[in-house]
Parts: sequence; C-alpha cells; structure tokens
Amino acid sequence: MKISSHLPVALLGAIVVLFQVLMSATGTDYLLIQLTMSAYYALVVLGLCLLMGYAGQISMGHAAFFALGGYTAAVLSTNNLTQLFSAGVLEWLVQKGLIILSTDAYGAAAYRAPAWLSLGTAVLITVAVSFAIGIPVLRLKGHYLAMATLGFGTILYRIFLGTRIFGEADGISAVRPCEILPGLFVGGDPSQRVFNYYFAWILLIGALVLLLNLVRSRVGRALRAIHGSEEAAGAMGIDTARYKLNIFVISAVFAALGGYFMTHFNGGIGPSEAGIMKSVRYVAIVAVGGMANLWGCLLMGVVLNFLSLRGYFGSYDDAVFGALLIIIMALAPEGIFRKESISRIKELTRRLSWPFWK
Amino acid sequence: MSPDNIVQYLISGITAGSIYAIVAIGFNIIYNTTGIINFAQGEFLMLGGMISITLAQFMPLPAAILAAVIITAGVGFLIELVFIRWIDSPSVLRMIIITIGLSIVIREAALHIWDEKVRALPYFTGNEITSIEILGARFSPQVLWVLGTCAIIVIILNIFYYYTLTGKSMRACAANRTAASLCGINIKNMVSLSFTLSAAIGALAGCVISPITQTQYDCGATLAIKGFTAAIFGGLGSSTGAIVAGLLIGVIEAASISIIPLAYKDAITLTLLLGILFFRPGGIFGSREAAALKEY
Repeated sequence: MKISSHLPVALLGAIVVLFQVLMSATGTDYLLIQLTMSAYYALVVLGLCLLMGYAGQISMGHAAFFALGGYTAAVLSTNNLTQLFSAGVLEWLVQKGLIILSTDAYGAAAYRAPAWLSLGTAVLITVAVSFAIGIPVLRLKGHYLAMATLGFGTILYRIFLGTRIFGEADGISAVRPCEILPGLFVGGDPSQRVFNYYFAWILLIGALVLLLNLVRSRVGRALRAIHGSEEAAGAMGIDTARYKLNIFVISAVFAALGGYFMTHFNGGIGPSEAGIMKSVRYVAIVAVGGMANLWGCLLMGVVLNFLSLRGYFGSYDDAVFGALLIIIMALAPEGIFRKESISRIKELTRRLSWPFWK
Repeated sequence: MSPDNIVQYLISGITAGSIYAIVAIGFNIIYNTTGIINFAQGEFLMLGGMISITLAQFMPLPAAILAAVIITAGVGFLIELVFIRWIDSPSVLRMIIITIGLSIVIREAALHIWDEKVRALPYFTGNEITSIEILGARFSPQVLWVLGTCAIIVIILNIFYYYTLTGKSMRACAANRTAASLCGINIKNMVSLSFTLSAAIGALAGCVISPITQTQYDCGATLAIKGFTAAIFGGLGSSTGAIVAGLLIGVIEAASISIIPLAYKDAITLTLLLGILFFRPGGIFGSREAAALKEY
C-alpha cells in the first residue's frame, strides 16, 4: 500500500476524532448516538457495495443478514436463550461458563452468553445461512436473482415475525450490553457513548481498509471481470462461482456484524429491521454512492442514515429512498460522483420539455 | 380435512389463485414487449382498489370501477413515458432498481393520499353475510365475480392478441424486437401500450378482489411476489402457464393453512418460488432442453 492510499483513510480518522471533540465540547454529543448507528448501517452498505458494485450481483435481502446478526445477539443476551435449552442443559452450560448467570435490577435471574460466544455464534450462523442460500441463488441472474434474494429476505422476515423466541411482532428488547474490554461496553449507557462512537467507527474504517485492499488485489480484478462479463471471466480461468459465493458470504458477515453491534447498542431489535424496505434502502444507498465506489458508498451510507435517524425526512422516510433510487438509476446509474451526471440532467430536462414521440 | 373442507379450501384457493394469475399475466404483458419485470405490478392492484373505493362514495359502483381502471391505466402510461421510454439500452439491474423505486414511491404516495387504514369496496351482490352453498361449502357470491372477471380478462386478452392488428404487433415485439421494428412496428408505442394494458388489468383485478381481501396502501408487494411466483412457475411469458400456476399456488397456499401456522403462510409461497428458481427456472411447462439454453 502506497502513502497516497493511506492519506484518505488517515484523513477520515482525523475527521472522526474532530467530530467527537467538537460535539463533546459544544454539548451536542447526543449526535454521537446517531453517528454510531449510521456507522453500523454503513457497514452493511460497504458489504453490499462489494457485492453489487464490484461483483455485479444484486441482493434484495441484505436486511435479513443484518437482522440475523441482530437477533442472534438479542436471543443470546436476554432470557430468551432459556427457551433454547432444557433446565438441565442450561445448568450445565452455566457451570462450564458458557452462559453467565447474574441477577437483574429486580433480583430475578438473568442469563446471557459471553460476548465472544454470542459474536462467534452470530458470525457462524450468518456464514452457514449465506453459504447455503448463496450456492443456489448465485446461479441466477438479473430478475431471477433479485426475486430470489427478495424471497429469501421475506422468508426470514416472516420467521422473525412469527416465531416466539424472536419475540414475534414486538421484537426483543432489554438486550444487555456486550462487554468488549473490562469496563467498556457496547450498549446504550450514556457514560459509554464516546467509547461506542469510536468502537463503531474503528470497525467501519477497518472494514473500509480491508475492502480497499481487497478490490485492488487479484480478487478485486477478478470481481470486476465477472461484473464485465461472466463468460469472459470464466474463460480467463476465474472460478466465477467460487468468487461470487465468497463475496456473498463476506458481505453477509459485514451485515450481520452491523446488526450484532447495533442491537447491543440500541438494546433491542424488531422484525422491521429484516423488512423489504430496509433491504431496498441499502440498495438505494449503494446506488447513490456509485455502485463500485467504496468511498462514495461509505459517505452516502453515513450521511443518508444520519439524516434518516435524525428524522429529517419525516413521514417521507421510505419515499425519499424510493425516489432516490429512481432518480439515480434513471439519471446517473454510475452514481452521483461523476462528471457525466450533469450532462444527463441537462438531457433529461430537455426531453421532459417535449417527451412525446421524439 | 373432511370432504366439506376440501371443497372450501379449493374455492378459497382458486379465488386467491385467480388474482395471482392476473398479476402474473400483468407481469407477462410487460415482460414480453420489454424484457423487463415490472416490480411495481402489485401497486396497480392497490391503486385500482383504493381509487375505486374513494370514487364509490360519489358515483355508482360500476362507474367508480371504470374510472379507477382508466386512472390507473393512465398512471401506467405515465410511468412508461417518464421513466422507461427515454432510456435507450437499459441494463436489467438498472430497470429492476427503477421499478422497485417506483413501487415504493407509489406505495408511499398512497399512504399520504389516503392513510394506513384498511378499506374495502362494498360487495357487488348482496353483502358480507350473503352466501351460496355448493357441495357443502359456503362462499360469497363475490367469489363468482372474481372468477368471472378473471376469465373475461383472459378471453378478451386472447382475442386482442390474436385477432387485432395492434395485438399481433405486440406479439411480434415479444417474438423479436428488431424484426418487428423492421416491419414498421413502433416498438416504443407498443411498450407504452403494454404498461397501460398491464396497469388497467391490474386495477380491475384490484377492484374485484377488494371486498374479499380488502385494500391497504401496502398490499401490493405481497401480491406482486405471489404473482411473480405464478409467472415463473408457469414459465415467464406464457399466459396459459400463468393461469394454471396461479390457481395451483392459490390452492397450495389455502391447503397449507390447515397444516402450518397462518403466520408462515407467505413463507410457503416464497419457498415454492425459491424451489422453482433453483430447480426449474424455465417453469413447470417449459422444456428442460430449452431452459438449459436460456440465461437465468
């Protein structure tokens, strides 16, 4: 990696620190909450950017992976996990230290799995599910791929919505914080706010650096070849099926990590996180960010989610993302960070003034 | 399941299934002329239902339904004119995303024009408790309206496709766009027409089903997914396949309620969709050899 590529990442790090210092100094550090959440959502966007922008495979079901990570965190950090085991097994797990038994504020028994175990489980489940679904799904193209991933996402949504251990329509609340280091928790406690902000952003920047290196490597070139033409890539000796599957799994794990930490940070998760609208929202952000543009996706992922979380879009929240999708894909399918976008807008205004039978 | 129940399940399955078939035919009309899957197809049903419910307060029911169909057809025409017509050689990914965006914007617009309340048109004949008995199963006369309307839509569409010049031109587009345009067919107009037609059919289906299933601003997405399942199941582009597959899916879904919890009802159709996509992407009636040559 050359110095020139270190510089933007270092700048981003500096901006992240600057924001925290400014907000803490001016007493507006409540904004850090939304910035932390935006970072977790942006993590999903980065993973999807790799899949859609570089490998050219659309996924309309990424919210399901986010929810998969989130629900694993939620079930394993609340008393819902007692539904998983019989009393004897539960006691044995507690003795082995695989489940921590404590008492909550009201003196009732409170079970939770240690952080490393629940995080490991979340990642393992996501890898297994994305692997199992990815093998058949990624053989499809175009409409069929979009509908298959949409169908998969909706099935998981229905399962979260209709199953007792996932809290049905209410979701799971009162998820206990996740202990990263002794005394440092990912959770909603105000005293941990600054730590949570930095934790989320270090995770996001780490993911960015990883992906920046990945797309510049042999793998990245292979992915772009697949995007260009799968047959040609195959003829060049690229194992297209394996690359697509690996990228699908990686992007699913990114989404699940976002969901895992977000659930601990928020202290809860509901079935709407797995809904179609959420998946569409991630696709919209990747489209606005410019498909094969990690920096653009990161920027839009943070900005749009921040605006949405602060409630700037009001009751038009979903409509904004739908409209963005149409406008971007109609006018600037390569994203807005391009010169051609401006000439396209001129072209559209010209045609809209006389749209009939040109 | 007792014999009575079987008839009951069959009738409710066929009713829902005939609507899925109409949605699937709507998908096919647009797919045949453009090669695009219009993800906003379900929203046409919602719009038809919602507009007719509003208009029915001011005018007689048949007039309200007619007006709703015309307005929705206009919306379909406008969508094609503004968003599809001027894009020259659209990639599939781009068109998927645009139509998904459209479906969301239409849905959100409906939420703001109307509200999130569940509404319904009045029953065309009789009321909620009127029922007809056949073989021990009781059902509403509205079921006959649904089945009759769907049958008429299919018959008229077939007459249109096979006995009118415009219909034949549309079939020519489906067969080979370049050849059709060399024969002097204006392909862009055919695409506009297919969006208009598809919206009109969707709106009519949305009206007749409204008394039974009721209409809400977000009811389009589920209908679209099931309609798409029917379209794939029957082989994308095939009308006969869509009808058979639609009815079959309706019956499977109705029967599944007696076995698994209602909460997972939609998951059944979706699992079926994934199964078809994985194993027979050409549909149940398509030949395996032909399917092997096509790209999915």
